Amino acid sequence: MSEHLYKYLRTETFPTPFCAGCGHGILMGVILRAIDELKLDFKKMVFVSGIGCGAWIPSPHFKTDTLHTLHGRPVAYATGVKKANPELKVVVISGDGDLAAIGGNHLIHAARRNVGLTVICANNSIYGMTGGQLSPTTPKNTKTMTTVMGNPEEAFDLCKLVKACGAKYVARYTVFHTKPLIKAIKTALNTDGFSFIDVVSPCPTQYGRRNQLPTLYDMYAFIKNRLVHFDALKKYKKEELAEKIIIGEYRDED
Amino acid sequence: MIGMAEIRLNRKWCKGCGFCVEICPKDVYTRDTKVSPRGFQEIIIKNPERCIECFLCEYLCPDLAITIIRTQHPINKETLPNDL
Repeated sequence: MSEHLYKYLRTETFPTPFCAGCGHGILMGVILRAIDELKLDFKKMVFVSGIGCGAWIPSPHFKTDTLHTLHGRPVAYATGVKKANPELKVVVISGDGDLAAIGGNHLIHAARRNVGLTVICANNSIYGMTGGQLSPTTPKNTKTMTTVMGNPEEAFDLCKLVKACGAKYVARYTVFHTKPLIKAIKTALNTDGFSFIDVVSPCPTQYGRRNQLPTLYDMYAFIKNRLVHFDALKKYKKEELAEKIIIGEYRDED
Repeated sequence: MIGMAEIRLNRKWCKGCGFCVEICPKDVYTRDTKVSPRGFQEIIIKNPERCIECFLCEYLCPDLAITIIRTQHPINKETLPNDL
């Protein structure tokens, strides 16, 4: 990362606790770049995270107030922070197991109530910290520690879910789309109301090594081959989209 | 020589995932052949003069360890070709 972003970090806590090749570090850099480009007052921001690998992105690395909360409850805590002091910019950064599985209820109700939060889901499609169990966003037919014969279930499309609940701004990118992701995070931070960004992040350690993708570059090639942009959805049949990752901003369909 | 981008690698933060080696379009980085005492093959900046300042490695470094300092290219009008 550029050394001009080191002012946002508690550099004494580095190197990061992430495994070599974890995409969450890239996401950390992207979030800080977006904040740096917007020139927001970093001291007026609160970062809330739950439990899991993705929750380590803000806490303890960001040099501002961070809340490292119960498993699955970061959105509930963040709602409380926002209600107590509406002037604060509250950002929730957490993993997919935290936001989609255990805290799924909080996520959909915060979207329904349209609380002024920005929720960034670091979606590595697995429970990385506890040893690589199946999560609701694991793609179909991939192997995890608990589904050694391949995942028989369909993956959860978090963006569609949150959009259906009434979120104001919804987007999905991978961590490799750094420039569009910076733009999306800037839009989300400026959105008045609930905004949600699903960031597909590679996990070479827990996800990759059980699917013959042991390095970050292998994961990059694997993710790259499955991308479909939201604007190009009409060109594909429904069966072809089963194992694809839809990226871009989710807009209201006419 | 026009000037060279300065590549700073924070070795305390690097974990040696090697993504910079593979993503770099100009082969600036390479891996050491030996395993270092920290348990991985250290990244070596082999050809810093080839850097085209695309910033891919800086944006995509998962350990926030790479910084590229852009060179200021002074444009010398006398050395430019006439048809520009």
